Amino acid sequence: MRRILVGIKRVIDYNVRVRVRPDGAGVVTDGVKMSINPFDEIALEEALRIRERGEADEVVAICIGPDDAQQQLRNTLAMGADRAILVKSGEPVEPPAVARAFLKLIERENPLLVILGKQAIDDDSNQTGQMLAALWDRPQATFASKLDLKDGIARVTREVDAGLETIEVELPAVCTTDLRLNEPRYIKLPDIMKAKKKPLDVTDLASLGVDAAPVLQVVKFEPPPQRQKGVMVKDAAELVAALRQKGLV
Amino acid sequence: MNRILIVAEHVDGKLNASVAKCVSCAATIPDAEISIAVLAADGAAVAAAAAAIQGVARVLLVRNPANEPALAAVLAPQVAALAAGHSHVLGPSTTFGKDLMPRVAALLDAPQVSDVMAVESATRFRRPVYAGNAIATVEAPPGRQLVATVRVASYQAAPAGKPAPVEMPALDVVLPAHTRFLSVSAAQNGRPDLQTAARVVSGGRALASKENFALIQRLADRLGAAIGASRAAVDAGYASNELQVGQTGKIIAPELYIAIGISGAIQHLTGIKDARTIVAINKDAEAPIFEVADYGLVGDLFSLIPEIEKNL
Repeated sequence: MRRILVGIKRVIDYNVRVRVRPDGAGVVTDGVKMSINPFDEIALEEALRIRERGEADEVVAICIGPDDAQQQLRNTLAMGADRAILVKSGEPVEPPAVARAFLKLIERENPLLVILGKQAIDDDSNQTGQMLAALWDRPQATFASKLDLKDGIARVTREVDAGLETIEVELPAVCTTDLRLNEPRYIKLPDIMKAKKKPLDVTDLASLGVDAAPVLQVVKFEPPPQRQKGVMVKDAAELVAALRQKGLV
Repeated sequence: MNRILIVAEHVDGKLNASVAKCVSCAATIPDAEISIAVLAADGAAVAAAAAAIQGVARVLLVRNPANEPALAAVLAPQVAALAAGHSHVLGPSTTFGKDLMPRVAALLDAPQVSDVMAVESATRFRRPVYAGNAIATVEAPPGRQLVATVRVASYQAAPAGKPAPVEMPALDVVLPAHTRFLSVSAAQNGRPDLQTAARVVSGGRALASKENFALIQRLADRLGAAIGASRAAVDAGYASNELQVGQTGKIIAPELYIAIGISGAIQHLTGIKDARTIVAINKDAEAPIFEVADYGLVGDLFSLIPEIEKNL
C-alpha cells in the first residue's frame, strides 16, 4: 500500500488576533477559535491530490494534541483523508518529541511520503519536518511550492531566499509545505456525514514509548514592543525633504 | 567558556551577510569563543571573508565537492561532527539555516531555539512567536548542547577585524546520496539583496497589475534600493515570491522602508518592524500601515511616485 502520512496541528485560527495574557503565562485561548494549522491544511490537500492522481493509495492524518483535536481530525476526514490517528497529549509537545512520535508511527505505517507544514503558526519553530527526516535517516524537501512523484523519486521546487530551487529526493522522504503549493479545498456538507464513518484511532505518547517531557522552559510571554506613530506629510516634496534631512536619500 | 560554532551560509564563493550578524549575536553570549564552519567545494575566499570578521577565533574549513550547492542532508552530518566540543551551534534564520539547523539538532539530540532575537544568558533567549504577536523568553537546560537560529533582522553585522586562523579539520563522515540539486532560478539582475539592503521599496495590491509594478522597480533603481512586495501583491502575481516581505516571507531591517499601496496586514508589519524608518504611501488614510509609519503620505500612488522621483 502506497501510503502518505500528513501531520496536523491544532492551533489558534489564523484570523484571530492573538493577545498575551496579563500574567504573561501564555496567550489568551478562552473562547478563541481553533483550527488546523494552515500549512498542514496545504499538506493534506497535496496528499489528497497525489492520491487522486493515482500515485498513492491511502492518506492518513496524524495529530499530536489534546482530545479536542478530534474535531480537526474529523475535518481532515471530511476533506478526504482515509483515516486519522490522534496521539493524545494534554501539554504542548516540542518538535523533537513530535518527530520521535512520527518516527514510531512511520515504523508501523511504512509510508511512501510524509508531508508536514513548514511551521505551525503558534510557536513558529519550523523544526519538526527536518528533525523527523534526520531521525528517519531519509531526505527532506522543505518549503515546497511544487511536488511531483515519479519512479520512486520526488522532484520538489522549494521557496528559498534566492528564488525557487528544485531538488530531487529518493522516496521515502519528508516534505514540508510552503503557502503557494496549493489552495486547500472546502469541505462539503455530505463529506462531513461520510467522515463520521471513517476510522479515527486514539492513542497516546506513552503507548508509543515517546518521552515528551519538555526540554525548553518558556519563562514568560510578553506583547511585542509597539512602534510609535510618526507624522503625516502633505505631499511628495515634503516627504523627500524630510528623508533628505535625515540623510536617508 | 561557551564555545560557539556558527555555520556559514555562502553562494558562488561569497559569504552571506547573515554570517556577520550571527557573529554579533554569538558575541552577546557570555564568555564566548566563536568559530565559523565553512563547508564548501573550495571555500578559500569564503573562509578568508569569515576569518576577517571581528570576534572570530578560528574558521573551520571543510572542503568537499558535495558541499555545493548546499543541501541540508549533506551538510548536517558534517556540521554535527564539527559540533563536538561546542556548547552552542548557530545558523542564520534564512531559508538555508531554517532548512539545515533542525536536522543538525536532531543528529546531536539537542534542542533548538528558533529565531533568537536577544540573548539574556548562555541558556536564556528571547524569540518571537504567534507571527510576532508575542515574544517568548525560553530557558534551555544548562550543560547540554544547544542549537539555535538567529533572527538576522535583530542584529547589525559585526565589523571587520584582525584575520583569524583557518583550520582544515579532517572529517570521517558518510554523506547521503539520496538528495540531488537540480536548479535554482536566476537571482535579481544587479539589484541589492532584499534581505540585507539598506533601502527597500515595496509594492502592494494597489499597484493593480504586474505592468504597474514596474513603477516600484523604477523608484527602487533610482534610490539604489531592493524591491519588496506584500503577500497580496505576490498572490496576485504582480511580483515573484522571493520578494515577499512579512512573517511568511522575508523579515527585514533596512534603514529605509517605503511601503507603497500596502495596507499593512499584521503579517506584513511583522516583517518590517525592525526597519529604522518606515514611509507609507496609501490612498486610504485609515490603512493600518500608517500606525507604524514614521512618515505617512495619503494619496494616489500613480501620481505620487513620479512626483517623488521629480523631487529626488
